[in-house]
Amino acid sequence: MVNHFPGFETFAMDFKETELTLGPPGEFRVSGRKSGKKRGFPEMLDLNLSGPNGRRNDSGAQLEQEASSSPKSPAAKEQLVGWPPLRASRKNAMRSGGSNYVKVAVDGAPYLRKVDLQMYISYEQLLKALEDMFCYFTIRNYFMEPMNGYEYVPTYEDKDGDWMMVGDVPWKIFVESCKRIRLMKGSEAAGLEPRTPPQNAVMEAAEEDSG
Amino acid sequence: MNFCPEEVLEHIFEFVTSHKDRNSMSLVCKTWYQVERESRYGVFIGNCYAINPVRLIKRFPRVRSLTLKGKPHFADFNLVPHGWGGFVDPWIKALAKACPGLEELRLKRMVVSDESLDLLSRSFVNFRSLVLVSCEGFSTDGLAAVAANCRNLQELDLQENDVDDRRGHWLSCFPESCTSLVSLNFACLKGEINLSALERLVARNPNLRSLRVNRAVPFEMLQKILIKAPKLTDLGTGSFVHDSDSETYHTLKSAMTNCKSISSLSGFLDVASCCLPAVYPLCANLISLNLSYASGINGNELVKLIGHCKKLQHLWILDCIGDDGLRVVADTCNELEELRVFPSDPFGPGNAAVTEQGLVAICSGCPKLHSLLYFCQQMTNAALITVAKNCPNFIRFRLCILDPVRPDPITMQPLDEGFGAIVQSCKRLKRLSISGRLTDSVFFYIGTYAEQLEMLSVAFAGDSDNAMLYVLNGCKKLRKLEIRDCPFGNMALLKDVGKYETMRSLWMSSCELTLGGCKTLARKMPMLNVEIINENDQVEIIPDNNDRQKVEKMYLYRTLVGPRPDAPDFVWTL
Repeated sequence: MVNHFPGFETFAMDFKETELTLGPPGEFRVSGRKSGKKRGFPEMLDLNLSGPNGRRNDSGAQLEQEASSSPKSPAAKEQLVGWPPLRASRKNAMRSGGSNYVKVAVDGAPYLRKVDLQMYISYEQLLKALEDMFCYFTIRNYFMEPMNGYEYVPTYEDKDGDWMMVGDVPWKIFVESCKRIRLMKGSEAAGLEPRTPPQNAVMEAAEEDSG
Repeated sequence: MNFCPEEVLEHIFEFVTSHKDRNSMSLVCKTWYQVERESRYGVFIGNCYAINPVRLIKRFPRVRSLTLKGKPHFADFNLVPHGWGGFVDPWIKALAKACPGLEELRLKRMVVSDESLDLLSRSFVNFRSLVLVSCEGFSTDGLAAVAANCRNLQELDLQENDVDDRRGHWLSCFPESCTSLVSLNFACLKGEINLSALERLVARNPNLRSLRVNRAVPFEMLQKILIKAPKLTDLGTGSFVHDSDSETYHTLKSAMTNCKSISSLSGFLDVASCCLPAVYPLCANLISLNLSYASGINGNELVKLIGHCKKLQHLWILDCIGDDGLRVVADTCNELEELRVFPSDPFGPGNAAVTEQGLVAICSGCPKLHSLLYFCQQMTNAALITVAKNCPNFIRFRLCILDPVRPDPITMQPLDEGFGAIVQSCKRLKRLSISGRLTDSVFFYIGTYAEQLEMLSVAFAGDSDNAMLYVLNGCKKLRKLEIRDCPFGNMALLKDVGKYETMRSLWMSSCELTLGGCKTLARKMPMLNVEIINENDQVEIIPDNNDRQKVEKMYLYRTLVGPRPDAPDFVWTL
């Protein structure tokens, strides 16, 4: 690459010296670390290691939080290179396998539950598990049962934010696109249309508490 | 003994296979050295840069089985940049010329190319065993060459390698004449394979004892495999997902009931919990169970499965089993010798599901436990002291607290006393990894009590150079020391430079070493390669007053052959 700037080399050398770093001027440092300072684990990270509630980290020092209210992205958690000491094949396996927890809301119930969609391989299994979880009613099985006689209809919010009937798409596609599940009271779902969830003060309060 | 004919010596030496013993024998006198070197068939090279192929072959001309290790251990955790080294190519080239009798090659953390594999496959008529662990640089094309050309292949064992899967039907390259397979492990491959080729391969290899397939091999294949491989003792499943109401499922379950010989089970790379009962018939005979990749099984299912495994000696599992699950393991698996608990959410240090309680339970119930790798959320001194009392037989003890500077959460003290108890009680301890909040004291304990210690891994620990000195002075059998993010500097490094010639290697990263300190060491010890890994042009070598620059990564090792010629630009041998 031909550089057209006269004195480019000088510029490049000066640039390093004018680079902003921490600490008093004149001290030579490498990669932003101060020489002679004991490296401590908390200083390694830009973001708080602790959970979204901002609990104190266990060495007693409250870590600076860059954005205390924003959710921690997976990339941020990986900032410490090579920790925990796991082979890449294990880290990757966790990432792809992992879990896929989604919230399950039932109209009229005072609190939400969470299920891991990766635990199931079919709609039948999922609905059976939901029935066990909310054992005081029955859920309409999309494939088998007619609408009448069942109290609740399973619906879910997909990646686009639309509310869909559970069962329309192949199971694996459902698992990838489902963000949350709502068991809708049968009377409301009679129209078989996707609709936005009703204004339910109890449900919203519960969501805020668990969020 | 100079009246003893060499043939007799050679015959006697045949009974000695341990390379450590062989090394000792070769030091007795010149005759013994000669007889030993000409009769050594199995050679173990712990650091491929400690020697070179030419000298190896000159000393051991009859080598038939070679084990080579390349990159430093921390390369497993991405601390060593790509291209650092560990190339097997010159070894295979040299062996192809001078040792046509080569039968076995075992490589760990080395860079293997397709060309090397191709050359290997065509150069050694009696080649029968290839084991690659944590290697990279090759594709399924290389495997195809091995499959096609190695007429007497018995073992092809690929463990946790990074393979470029070209989906080119490498498995189909095993010729019809290949009937000698005993062990085949391709679990780490990511691509599709030809399923009917696999079926036919299994059918014509009646001596197959160990088969570990990859994720692309579906549930339906297992029953076919089991029927065709009656001698199977080690099975690694691929995908284990199916409708548990189907005939396929029930057929497999019946087939499993007839498998009395399977004692080792692994895989479950994709798994649905409802299918697990299919393997219950195997559980009573299982010695070894590896579910550490089975992230689809929840804690309860794990517990139910393990509850059937009374003979278990080796268990690799995920931490979603929880402390309660470990209590069940402790009650059930009283023969347990080795336990590894891996984190199921490695990116969330607050999410580990096992604590010190699980470990205490295990150690109370499993007195034969000697090898441990335990990723946990927290640990207490009291727990470690209890563990030390109940299990004095540890040979390998590796504890990884996911928040690496976490103290004892109950007392808020460092974990010095706990680990101190471990090294004091476990007199046979050879390998130790420590974590949590730790001061110089723990190093004092290690130096004082860990007399058999050969390998020590340390991260985010210690307060001063004294810590490192305690270990270097005290652990007489130390071979490998790897340190990251500790406040150890030149004083510790340079205090006893002769020590490093008694060790295989030393790794120090993100410590307080300076370029000047490393240069001084290199100058004093010509038998060491002192390598600086200089990523991102952190260190400038040209200006003369740069000795005070901090060195981010240093790796030193003893060697007989000087600086390595294949070091890349970012590695400087001082």
